[in-house]
Amino acid sequence: MEIILAIGIGVFAASGVWLLLRPRTYQVIIGLSLISYAVNLFIFSMGRVKLHAPPVLQPGTAGDPAAMADPVPQALVLTAIVIGFAMTALLLVVLLAARGRTGTDHVDGREAD
Amino acid sequence: MDPINHIVILPILLPLVVGAFMLLFSDRRRSMKIALSVGTTLTLLVVAIALVAIAGTPHGDRWSSLIVYPVGNWPPPFGIVLVADRLSALMLLLTAVLANASLLFALARWHGAGPRFYTLFLFLLAGLNGAFLTGDLFNLFVFFEILLAASYGLVLHGSGTARVKAGLHYIPINLIASSLFLVGVSLIYGVTGTLNMADLGRTVPTLPEDSRVLFEIGAAILGIAFLVKAGMWPLSFWLPTTYAAACAPVAAMFAIMTKVGIYVILRLFLLALGDEAGAVEDFGAEWLYFGGMATIAFGAIGVLAAQSMQRLGGYAVLVSSGTLLAAIGTGNSAVISGALYYLAVSTLTIAAYFLLVELIERGRQAGADVLAVTQEMFGDPEEDIEEEDDEIGVAIPATIAVLGGAFVACTALLSGLPPLSGFIAKFAMLSALINEAGTIPARHWALVILLMVSGLAMLIAMTRTGIRTLWVPDEIAIPRVRAIEAIPIGLLLLLCVAMTVMGGPTMRYMEATAQVLYWPAIYANDVLGPAAGGPR
Repeated sequence: MEIILAIGIGVFAASGVWLLLRPRTYQVIIGLSLISYAVNLFIFSMGRVKLHAPPVLQPGTAGDPAAMADPVPQALVLTAIVIGFAMTALLLVVLLAARGRTGTDHVDGREAD
Repeated sequence: MDPINHIVILPILLPLVVGAFMLLFSDRRRSMKIALSVGTTLTLLVVAIALVAIAGTPHGDRWSSLIVYPVGNWPPPFGIVLVADRLSALMLLLTAVLANASLLFALARWHGAGPRFYTLFLFLLAGLNGAFLTGDLFNLFVFFEILLAASYGLVLHGSGTARVKAGLHYIPINLIASSLFLVGVSLIYGVTGTLNMADLGRTVPTLPEDSRVLFEIGAAILGIAFLVKAGMWPLSFWLPTTYAAACAPVAAMFAIMTKVGIYVILRLFLLALGDEAGAVEDFGAEWLYFGGMATIAFGAIGVLAAQSMQRLGGYAVLVSSGTLLAAIGTGNSAVISGALYYLAVSTLTIAAYFLLVELIERGRQAGADVLAVTQEMFGDPEEDIEEEDDEIGVAIPATIAVLGGAFVACTALLSGLPPLSGFIAKFAMLSALINEAGTIPARHWALVILLMVSGLAMLIAMTRTGIRTLWVPDEIAIPRVRAIEAIPIGLLLLLCVAMTVMGGPTMRYMEATAQVLYWPAIYANDVLGPAAGGPR
């Protein structure tokens, strides 16, 4: 379980970084999306990987911390996903504006010689 | 809770609500939007002054009182808290002053250059104020994103290829920095189990040996995220281009954006990695020190090499960031109190400079080359200039003299020449560096020399620019300047002069601020209640 999660985060992050360093704006935005997936999974894993454990207490019970999943990282992930989504959408608009203004999809706004 | 404490949430809530409310109306209802946004920024200024007064009032046997505001009334560290202390109040005041000046300037011309300017501007203020007030790491991330999202819109305000190109670099870099921020925050949470800054300061000294390395990695990654925003070399190449491309009121507002990074580093560094942090004490101080020195050097070279006045301003931002980072890296409270004074002065000056440059450039853009050619073709240049004077000079006489005077003041402030407050700021830092107990380490001398040389570089570059744009006679075309544009610049520079005249009280406030920062235990006690004794 842990090893699969770790490999998943690593592959996402590595592919994301590689795409980020490419010269086309579309590759950059996909790279940023992949990196945000890696980050979200990473935040989630920081609450420790635990199977079949609810993050909220049952009504009327005291609750045993060992049997519960940590709810804080899950809340953080949710916030991070929403914010990341909004930022990607915003970048997409800028990217289209740049394509329209400069006539190229190179990240510097002009083709490399 | 004292009812007056509710004003702590006002700097966040007010711009957010007013900004959202204005989205409901079309941009054509301009007078209503102007009234609302000016009213908001003025209220923010009043609130910030009140907070400075409250936080600066001695409380019992201490120098300052600290307002803790638990949002949602959950007891910390479980709920999110807002904390207003001397440092936060100071930053809020700076933000409010800059906001009023930039908005007033924008009302002359720039506010109509693109859609939704007022809303974006107020959201930027909400994000800035939130980042300065929050006492919770993840909440800090949220406020960072609010201010960044608004800044992405504002960079593109006015449109144009240069701005879109700059935005294309600015936005991805900040998105990556935000990812690093998240990784750092979650690592720290995974190790310490808390996101509350005060609680973090209390937990860190008790960390077991094996998780300390993980904590240090988390702190380092978080630090990189803030250093990107603060513009430390080599994470700063995006900064001059972006600041030069942004329109003048936005660039003036951005003068405080790098200071957000500095503020967070100062706060977290002293809270979690300060003198009481045990084994992780002063982690990263060397990086801040030498990184700051490299930034000063890079900024000084950039200032000399800059070909446009806006880019010169961008590099001046870097010099100021570098100076502050190096000062934090010294870990000496006297140096830091000087640095806080420097922070206020340099932010105000750079903002005034960006506004001023736009006015000067406007005169040159309005056909400076054509005028030069016609003067050459049709005889006596002095006659022509006098005619120009009669034509435009009626509205505001001696425009050039006013602009030139403001430019000279900016030069003196940026390069740290007497008699203005830039000199006091540099003098305070230098004397604290040299007066350190024991023998002065060689690296302090290196910093002293760097500060001097960077001031000299600034002086050379500014003088050269001033001669080229304001003195060389056949390039002068008197810009049309409206009073509403000159007033904000004058006010910002007057504030710097006031800081010179009121140097004593201002410096005492900064000294108390720095000393409070060095007692993280007091901060933790006020936020969390008295320490429980044993390790958690």
